[in-house]
Amino acid sequence: MAGPLNWFSQIAAVTKFGLMSIPQRRGSVAATIFGVAGVVLVFVGVLSIATGFRRAMTASGSPDAVIILRSGADTEMVSGFSREETRVIADAPGLARDARGPLASAELFVIVNLPKRSTGTDANVPLRGVEGAAISVRDDLKITAGRMFEWGKNEVIVGVGAARAFDGLEVGGSVKVGSAHWPVVGVFTANGGVAESEIWTDARVLQDAYHRGDSFQSVYARLASPNSYQSFKDALTTNPRLNVKVERQSEHFAEQSTALTTLITTLGFLIATLMAVGAVFGALNTMYSAVASRTREIATLRALGFGRGAILVAMMIESLLVALVGGAIGGAAAFLAFNNFHAATMNWQSFSQVTFAFAVTPALLGQGIAWATAIGLLGGLFPALQAARLPIAAALRET
Amino acid sequence: MKFFPLIWRNLTRKKLRTSLTLLTIMVAFVLFGILCAVREALVGGVALAGADRLIVRHKVSIIQMLPESYQARIARIPGVAAVTHQTWFGGTYQDPKNFFMQNPVEPEAFMAMFPEFILPPEQMKAWLATRTGAIVGRKTAERFHWKIGDKIPIMSPIWLRKTWEFDLVGIYDGAKKGTDTTSMFFRYDYFDESRQAQNWGAGQVGWYTIRVKDPAQAAEVAKLVDREFENSPYETKTEPEGAFAQGFANQIGNITAIVSGILAAVFFTILLVTGSTMSQAIRDRIGELGVLKAIGFTNGRLLSLVLAESCLLTVLGGGLGLALAALVTAGGDPTGGMLPMFRLPGSDVLVGIFISLALGLVTGALPALQAMRLRVADAVRRI
Repeated sequence: MAGPLNWFSQIAAVTKFGLMSIPQRRGSVAATIFGVAGVVLVFVGVLSIATGFRRAMTASGSPDAVIILRSGADTEMVSGFSREETRVIADAPGLARDARGPLASAELFVIVNLPKRSTGTDANVPLRGVEGAAISVRDDLKITAGRMFEWGKNEVIVGVGAARAFDGLEVGGSVKVGSAHWPVVGVFTANGGVAESEIWTDARVLQDAYHRGDSFQSVYARLASPNSYQSFKDALTTNPRLNVKVERQSEHFAEQSTALTTLITTLGFLIATLMAVGAVFGALNTMYSAVASRTREIATLRALGFGRGAILVAMMIESLLVALVGGAIGGAAAFLAFNNFHAATMNWQSFSQVTFAFAVTPALLGQGIAWATAIGLLGGLFPALQAARLPIAAALRET
Repeated sequence: MKFFPLIWRNLTRKKLRTSLTLLTIMVAFVLFGILCAVREALVGGVALAGADRLIVRHKVSIIQMLPESYQARIARIPGVAAVTHQTWFGGTYQDPKNFFMQNPVEPEAFMAMFPEFILPPEQMKAWLATRTGAIVGRKTAERFHWKIGDKIPIMSPIWLRKTWEFDLVGIYDGAKKGTDTTSMFFRYDYFDESRQAQNWGAGQVGWYTIRVKDPAQAAEVAKLVDREFENSPYETKTEPEGAFAQGFANQIGNITAIVSGILAAVFFTILLVTGSTMSQAIRDRIGELGVLKAIGFTNGRLLSLVLAESCLLTVLGGGLGLALAALVTAGGDPTGGMLPMFRLPGSDVLVGIFISLALGLVTGALPALQAMRLRVADAVRRI
């Protein structure tokens, strides 16, 4: 009686034979390995764009950081407040305070054209006018080079992403707004968040330069505690003097990233699916030729008493191993080529550039390996079935 | 041609292997077709841009407006044949997700500037007679099932923050295949009167389009326009329509590079798979090739037989794949508004056929050389 141990040793033996015969078929095996590697590389590469973009958009904002816009406005671009309105908002209950008053910054959001370093053509770079509380209403905003701009002066500080992506944005450089050059005096980081794509200056300075009178577009604020969100929101939305909507900063930016991440993810899956279909055909070809070249060997084993199941499993294992090697190569190549690759793209909602870094995450690599596994299993199944079903007598006679 | 039956028989001798290879190649070309359509959707505007048109915008950024009074000053600049303006309205129909562009324009000047939009004369007449009239492109009209005579409510969060109502008086078509027919245009006089009534942004327009008398002079006219408004509160930046569209596409990223990168990975993969199959197929038949040589086939003939076989396979797969891609992309924009120009251009189909031929030559080259170099005695002994 063939016990389970015997069965496993049969599988091990057939698998070993199979793997040992790989050097004889190295051409087609290599083709399969690189085929699978190609699928995983492209899949992980494309999706790392979406992951990186989403990460940049959602890195901004702990649960107590909120943004207030005019009701009906999806983005700061189409929102608008007068100074009185921003004062009413800042005075609402539930906001955190420091020595200078409530932690609320009324801000102006416009764009300025600057050449992108990668293409040399003009891009819409976000230019933000802020008030004193701007740094404390955001998470982990730090000046890493130079200094903060002086209030009331035509000076700017730039996010590290913007400094990397656009021409002239380094300490000592300058931004041309109208006929004036505004010197860049500092560079800041914001925990990888969307603020890193922006240029900041004093809101009042920006109001003058853009002929905006005494108006703003949004208010960024920090709550006394995450729990006061609902009461703060209710206080503002029921105030007859205001017509606003309140959102957590994290939710606001996550919402803005949905369209692009969905588009990229869909495209990534479509490409990967089509490529995977191609790779499955490649794997099928390889395994069929493996079975064909080993027909007599398999028939001999069967004649010696090896079971159909053992042959089947062993062939599947071989196919799976080949695919996994391909998957590992593809994943490693994607990580080396794309992880932390800096790019900038258009955020259509705010009509301005967002800088981000491609992110090859462990989850993404896991998905890539899952693709490789699926290709290996699908590509191995039919040839393995064929091998297991070989009629022994006829197969022994084959040349 | 008389060897076609031989080539065909060779291909069909192992039907499973051939069909699998064929399917692999086909899949690669479906992907090629779809990616070309995506690229076309994102950068296609560049090729469609009029060579004799310039775009004038605010120098600091396109979101800043220019005075309407610039129109007359631009018209007086030497080399300018015509000028008209548009303004970003940024409205939404029912749901913010239903994105399409709506711009207030001066109907007659606008239609003269953009001959790629074709509107039946009686609809043009109706537009000129209806102050609240609007025209819309065929694609958007079909998307929302609008008919002439419908009242279209558009909510604008920018302009007066109210819902504007327009009377649909015309539906325009594109003169060329790639012309974007998703936008809606309505009358600037109606738009500006409403702004005047609310004392909000009246007399401000988004950007100007200029037609130059001689396309060769375009760069100089652009310089003259920018010089005209130098040191004014509203300085301008003037560039050819094509450069403007290219710059806009570059804002998304280097799309051509990304698409080429993906396609390179795809074709490299396919090259490996097909190449290894072809070598395998030739190796299986070394004996026969030896016999062919023995009965007088020349080296050159054997080479071309093998190459013809691999090219037949790849061109067949490529053709099927491109046909399937054409079918898939014929449905138009799959995202509902984000990619209005999603289509597979004929030139890319030609490139695809060329690539499939090249793929056949490259994958067939090694096995064909092997076949050519066979020594009859060695080959026949293998039988």
